Amino acid sequence: MNQLPTEPLKRTPLHAAHLRAGARMVPFGGWDMPVQYAGVKAEHDAVRTRAGVFDVSHMGEFRVTGVDALRFLQHVTTNDVSKLRPGRAQYNWLPGVSGGLVDDIYIYQHADGEYLLVVNASNTAKDWAHLQEHTAGFDVSLADESERWALLAVQGPQAEAMLQPHADTDLGAKKKNAFFAATLFGFDVFLARTGYTGEDGFEVFVDASEAEVLWDKLLAVGITPAGLGARDTLRLEAGFPLYGHEFSDTIHPLSSTYTWVVKDKAHVGREHIALEPKHRLIGLKLDRVPVREGYPVKLGGQVVGHVTSGTSSPTLGHPIAMALVDSAHADAPAFEVEVRGKDHPATRLDLPFYRR
Amino acid sequence: MNTPSELKYAASHEWLSPDGTVGISDFAQDQLGDVVYVELPEVGRKVEAGETVAVVESVKTASDIYAPASGTITAVNEELSGSPELVNSGPYEGGWLFKMDVTGEGDLMDAAAYTSANS
Repeated sequence: MNQLPTEPLKRTPLHAAHLRAGARMVPFGGWDMPVQYAGVKAEHDAVRTRAGVFDVSHMGEFRVTGVDALRFLQHVTTNDVSKLRPGRAQYNWLPGVSGGLVDDIYIYQHADGEYLLVVNASNTAKDWAHLQEHTAGFDVSLADESERWALLAVQGPQAEAMLQPHADTDLGAKKKNAFFAATLFGFDVFLARTGYTGEDGFEVFVDASEAEVLWDKLLAVGITPAGLGARDTLRLEAGFPLYGHEFSDTIHPLSSTYTWVVKDKAHVGREHIALEPKHRLIGLKLDRVPVREGYPVKLGGQVVGHVTSGTSSPTLGHPIAMALVDSAHADAPAFEVEVRGKDHPATRLDLPFYRR
Repeated sequence: MNTPSELKYAASHEWLSPDGTVGISDFAQDQLGDVVYVELPEVGRKVEAGETVAVVESVKTASDIYAPASGTITAVNEELSGSPELVNSGPYEGGWLFKMDVTGEGDLMDAAAYTSANS
């Protein structure tokens, strides 16, 4: 059962547009969000073969500015922010002070001493408090711009071709992790060649007041509206971890396959990350029965871990899952997953399940 | 929403036909989204009305299916093991779940009551 919200669900600037498009709305991280329009499979396939657009305006945006902005970001993250340049984006982690991750984030650099952080919707308040707590000793300003921006993710192999006629910039010249100002359908936006689906595409930062008209224009050129359901099946096929499932305040961050996000530098919580993780994130393939978060993963009848995310893969045609298992057993070629009291064989697969 | 008048409906969205066939309603399949797996009961199993007897899994979630009546399972829809999407395309035809020899119905509604409960 979903936990009943204690306060009214927040709405993105595209709420009315979702209802017009026939979306089924669900509570997600405190927001009323579209889980699907036509159907998860159809939306998933549209992103894998053409282009889809997701409303990800529920995610938080913080601007970090000041002469110490870089030094501050180096202190609160694990990746090397000094490698960033104006016009580039970087995936990064906010480590906790007692192990685990506060959040996984994206950092976009506008200029020297000016960065935009995009954080997970459900963690926005927590991240804001965490960052504020660590500003002592740094000449840095934080501004919460979450209300200002709508964020649209246009994803799929045709994304560039479908946007190019309506953009003032040569999109083909902008490679992965580029971040740049542009006009799109006449609107001043920032575009980032980033995404969370395993496909090529762009994330579009647009003023909240202009988001609905831009959304309608994207749909009018044939880009498919896609909901949280497809976003989850796509990211799972691509092996991308999701906060609250593969990451949390208590899961050792190096359990995931993203060990490259931790660089050798001083940062908050470094002493915890230096510890050996007890679990490792693995991929599992099942023949028929879908497995869900929390289901026990067994080896020879003994529980060695649990499923963190699972679905039936629309692209591959069989169930897939990610699971955290004891490091000592993580290389075993096959496991069992307990489903409603019965064990089902599962084969270990390397992540990602799908690569374009 | 298609709600045939010759069937009876449980509040938990199963339908029961006069011959003891059981499935889920058009409303339920639409709410579930794409069905990817169906776990069916053993033939011969005796069940009580309201007991969990099957599971329908969509891309996102697993949903328990409850017996709309007490009795014995007499047949299951083997077609669903290869084509679970039949639940979406024909919830009252090819997507039926199982048949039972009914000894006593649970608390069921007629089509009009079910429709008004879900509108």
